[in-house]
Amino acid sequence: MTKRISIKDYIRKRFFPHIWCPGCGHGIVLNNMLRAIAELGIPKNEIVMVSGIGCSSRIAGYVDFHSLHTLHGRALAFATGVKMSQPHLHVIVPMGDGDALAIGGNHFIHACRRNINLTAIVMNNRIYGMTGGQFSPLSGRGIRATTAPYSNLDPNFDTVKLALAAGATFVARTTTYHFREIKEYIKKAIVHEGFSMVEILSQCPTYFGRKNKMGGAVEMLKFFKENTALVGSEKLAKEPQLIPRGIFVEREAPEYTKEYERLIKKVRGAYNK
Amino acid sequence: MNNRLRFIQGNEVCVEAALYAGVEFFAGYPITPSSEILEHMALKLPRIGGRFVQMEDEIASMCAIIGASLTGRKSMTATSGPGFSLMQEALGFAVMSEIPCVVADVQRFGPSTGLPTQGSQQDVYQARWGRHGDHAIIVLTASNHQDIFNITVEAFNLSETYRTPVILLLDEGVAHLREKVIIPEEGELPVIERLRTSVPEGVDYHPYLPREDGRLPMSDFGGKHRYNVTGLFHDMWGFPSTDPKIVHGLLHHLVDKIEGNVHEIARYKEYYLDDADIIIISYGSSARTGLHVVRGMRRRGEKWGMLELQTLWPFPSHIVRERCEEADFIFVIEINMGQVVNEVKKCVDYPERVYLVNRVDGEFITPTDVRNITRVIQGRGV
Repeated sequence: MTKRISIKDYIRKRFFPHIWCPGCGHGIVLNNMLRAIAELGIPKNEIVMVSGIGCSSRIAGYVDFHSLHTLHGRALAFATGVKMSQPHLHVIVPMGDGDALAIGGNHFIHACRRNINLTAIVMNNRIYGMTGGQFSPLSGRGIRATTAPYSNLDPNFDTVKLALAAGATFVARTTTYHFREIKEYIKKAIVHEGFSMVEILSQCPTYFGRKNKMGGAVEMLKFFKENTALVGSEKLAKEPQLIPRGIFVEREAPEYTKEYERLIKKVRGAYNK
Repeated sequence: MNNRLRFIQGNEVCVEAALYAGVEFFAGYPITPSSEILEHMALKLPRIGGRFVQMEDEIASMCAIIGASLTGRKSMTATSGPGFSLMQEALGFAVMSEIPCVVADVQRFGPSTGLPTQGSQQDVYQARWGRHGDHAIIVLTASNHQDIFNITVEAFNLSETYRTPVILLLDEGVAHLREKVIIPEEGELPVIERLRTSVPEGVDYHPYLPREDGRLPMSDFGGKHRYNVTGLFHDMWGFPSTDPKIVHGLLHHLVDKIEGNVHEIARYKEYYLDDADIIIISYGSSARTGLHVVRGMRRRGEKWGMLELQTLWPFPSHIVRERCEEADFIFVIEINMGQVVNEVKKCVDYPERVYLVNRVDGEFITPTDVRNITRVIQGRGV
């Protein structure tokens, strides 16, 4: 039996209600992220949330951890400073799709490459919500947005493939429909020693759903249910056009802050004789 | 004594001084003419248990030092013009969220890629106004290695005292010059440590509530107090606010804590000013030229003097005005098309007596250049 968890113990109640629109998927991510942290039993003082700018970034302010709400796209760079300085802290970095992969794309691939022990959560709703519905590098061709009024010409990144190619050592993807996977993957990502990335497809009924005639939040969740399948599943084998979910890689590799500690020991041994 | 004597580059002096001041974290990206700071930090920091990261760009470097400083480590980065431009957004964040850190901008000749290996003093205004929005900033500079040492330690001290980023505006001329420097003994120069809150764990801590003396005690982020840090206007808990009273109060606090303390922040040196009727005002490498000229004039019995500015921002108007009261000519030597000269004109009683003496062809301004230009200005012919 799982332990009962009170989400209220982990949020800053005075900052609610949150700013997210009705039907937004980000609340599902927040809820399950908190459940993951609660189940791991990590003390609140050991968790640092570093976020950038956008709808997703507001998560950092709502939670009762150390919260650093930074600049658009730069959350991983700030988080690298925090983690390098205090490697014992669990640093979780919630980002939006534009935040993580457009303006923050360079920091994203280099954080993956360094394999620094940060937990990146990419809340991918395929749109810039806070600024009013412009297309993002994850929107994809044929999508409508306020800056693609005649249909988008920009192909999209595959976040998972990008993270894998860049060297992330834990890479997973799920959706807000599959909320139990959110909790499970975030738990694994936090525990993982190295750079971990969990992409969560999230719905933005206000802009993405409306512009693309996908219906409301319920229809969009249904879309996630029907258009994704777990890696290694029969369903995905039969229907390879579906979006794969699951854990794509979970491997051990030298972790950056641990390696740096080793370097300090080695150098100090040689120079402080 | 002898083992404290060095013959090194200005950039290396900056590193030695930062270590003296207690730097424990450096993040940076290579760029001429500041790369030696990055290289020496990579060499020295692990030896003292500090941390060095070479980031993917200057934006990330600036962000990383803010993150590290917030968690309690004195932090620094170094760059030059183009990289300094990239750091501006995050510098604004450090101003807004009041995070101490030191940024060295070793000026090269611009604009754009410009003359990467040649010096200038063209970033005086970028240092002051590179960020958007109203704010105040501390900018320091120096003209010789002993002064680079002292002013670098001062940069860390001021950043801790006022909880603000401090810009160390060096230039290629001094940064790549090798000359003698004596590393001070421990305790010889004051080193100001991070002011940490005495609020115990479990008690509401206000990261943005100034004490009576105006200082804001910090709590190491990731430690015993959980609070929010943001670039949005925020209340004393660090939580976003659009309340006009809070917005007005914070903006005034950010400006006043620096502009209101210009007397404490002003660092300068005076040479033969007591009876001078011709005054040179300069800073950084061009002050070396200025001093050479002034000494030559004095040997000939001419009453020249020099005011060397080490604090460029907040601009020490009160010092400049007072020292220039009796001067017939005020020559501002700088390697740009006129930046500090404008500030001097704004604050003196007779701005028509203020002249720019400059050189902007990528070459260093020589004593001969200064003598020739000032002779023409005085109507004494070429």
